[in-house]
Amino acid sequence: MAGSIRESGFAERTPALPAATAAPRAERRWIVLRRAARARLAPVGAAVVLLAVLAAVLAPLLSPHNPLTQNLGNTLARPDRIHPLGTDNVGRDVLSRVIWGTRISLVAGFASVTMALVAGSLLGLLAGYWGGRADSLVMRLMDAVLSFPPLVLALALGAVLGAGLTGVLIALSVVYTPAFARLMRGQVLSIKSRDYVEAARALGASGWRIAGRHVLPNAAAAIVVQAGLSVAFAILAEASLSFLGLGIQPPAASWGSMINAGRGYLQQAPWIVFGPGAALFVTVVGLNFVGDALRDALDPRARF
Amino acid sequence: MWQLILHRMVATIPVLFLVSAGVFMLIHLTPGDPIDAMMAESVDAGVKETLRRDLGLDRPLALQYAHWMGRILQGDLGQSIRNREPVIENVGRRIRPSLQLAALAMAISLVVAFPIGILSAARRNSPLDGAGSLFSLFGICMPNFLLALLLIFFFGVTLRWLPISGYTDPFEEPLAGLRSLALPAITLGLALAAVIMRTLRSSMLEALAEDYVRTARAKGVSEWRVIGGHVLRNALIPVVTVMGLQLGTLIGGAVITEYVFALPGVGRLVVDAVFARDYPLVQGVVLLIAVGYIVSNLIVDLLYGWIDPRIRIR
Repeated sequence: MAGSIRESGFAERTPALPAATAAPRAERRWIVLRRAARARLAPVGAAVVLLAVLAAVLAPLLSPHNPLTQNLGNTLARPDRIHPLGTDNVGRDVLSRVIWGTRISLVAGFASVTMALVAGSLLGLLAGYWGGRADSLVMRLMDAVLSFPPLVLALALGAVLGAGLTGVLIALSVVYTPAFARLMRGQVLSIKSRDYVEAARALGASGWRIAGRHVLPNAAAAIVVQAGLSVAFAILAEASLSFLGLGIQPPAASWGSMINAGRGYLQQAPWIVFGPGAALFVTVVGLNFVGDALRDALDPRARF
Repeated sequence: MWQLILHRMVATIPVLFLVSAGVFMLIHLTPGDPIDAMMAESVDAGVKETLRRDLGLDRPLALQYAHWMGRILQGDLGQSIRNREPVIENVGRRIRPSLQLAALAMAISLVVAFPIGILSAARRNSPLDGAGSLFSLFGICMPNFLLALLLIFFFGVTLRWLPISGYTDPFEEPLAGLRSLALPAITLGLALAAVIMRTLRSSMLEALAEDYVRTARAKGVSEWRVIGGHVLRNALIPVVTVMGLQLGTLIGGAVITEYVFALPGVGRLVVDAVFARDYPLVQGVVLLIAVGYIVSNLIVDLLYGWIDPRIRIR
């Protein structure tokens, strides 16, 4: 859930069950339906994510009004044909702000996870491949980062780095780095003892070559799965920080800050909160479906 | 068992050391001069210099750290630059609502998660299980501040059943106190419940596939006794693990929940300190939270040894 910004996603790992054929017929029917539902959820998730990406890229074309233009003569207006999601307390069009907010959410989610992925993977590679002191130093550092409740760490870093997108990106990438570092280290440790790595070493391949040509490509699947599941939580985390006033600053449209601004008008104009709230929830659900599908496709052990 | 406790405690020391170094460095991560970041431009240069001297920022970094660490080890976490009160006192005043909120949220999460998790596993792949999965999807994807606002909207604004902000101590006025904590605790608790329910469901499914379950069933033990007597006990360890992991979520969630419901807890203190750019207070509170988090995780670790004797032997 929201708080758990380091959560590994909606990754339900149901244990291997006895073969489906052993199940009674009624149960088998449900299993089939369940699988079908899961299979259907992936395209739904992909469609949601695609829609969000399109909204982010085409925001200037799609949004019916300027997201920053105030109209003090038409504040807290109910949803109608001109303003499908109503207007906020200074008369700005909520729909346009939700569409523009998609940009910030997606950029924050994808960029912070990419930064964490690169930093974490390099650190994990270093720790796993070279071992020894590098390993214990890197892993203790990662343990230290994990010793902070994620949101508190992001808040503290956001506080010193200053509010704004850059501060949020750095704070979130620090929060997510240990997950990638640990994962990569584990992968490297298991891959480096395999025969093909031994063979490459026997052929005289350098450490960098082995890391780049053999270890990284083989560890990529697990890293991609982790990244897929992390993006949703990074988006939630950005929204949380912006909601607290430490992320994206008004008047720029960010879902979290819009929700915070609207909470004072919950009674008169709940649409100010519900518009961006629904966008945030649907995007996170969609990303979770995609993350789950990625895991099912790339990690056969997790399939059931 | 004592060996395990000692081993775990020793392993915590380097992490605590790194955590303290990280918290110390926070103030130095500010772009530019930390004093300028803490005080308005218009503040007199003399006042700024005094603060710089008070915080020891005019000395070399290594010396600053040694001095800071020395104070911490003596239990002095510094003082707020705004209200001039020691960090410990600031936290002491705020800890009660936070602990009450956390306890109530945890209780709600267990009361919700256990029946749903058990039923979902016992009736696997039934519509009931589907509803359980939907609940956990909702709980996991729903940002806590949005859930808080939805609850405020329905129970506070529309139905007017519960207060939407403020705090009354339940130990002084039980009914009013519980009412003031109800919505925040439900906000935090439902999110936790989703994660606990999901873990319980899958660990129970795993236990249900074990041989001893087949044996019990073959003996003619009723299904609910199999679940209550054999499966549930063995399915609890992953649940304890995930509850330990969720402590971070609980603390982070408490920050947001206390902010939304204007509860005067430690989470709210962090947010206020961050806004006031009261870095010594931020450092002190964040260090305390991190240490509390590490200690709680240590306790969870030791709990495993208690629940599952096999872990003790390793």
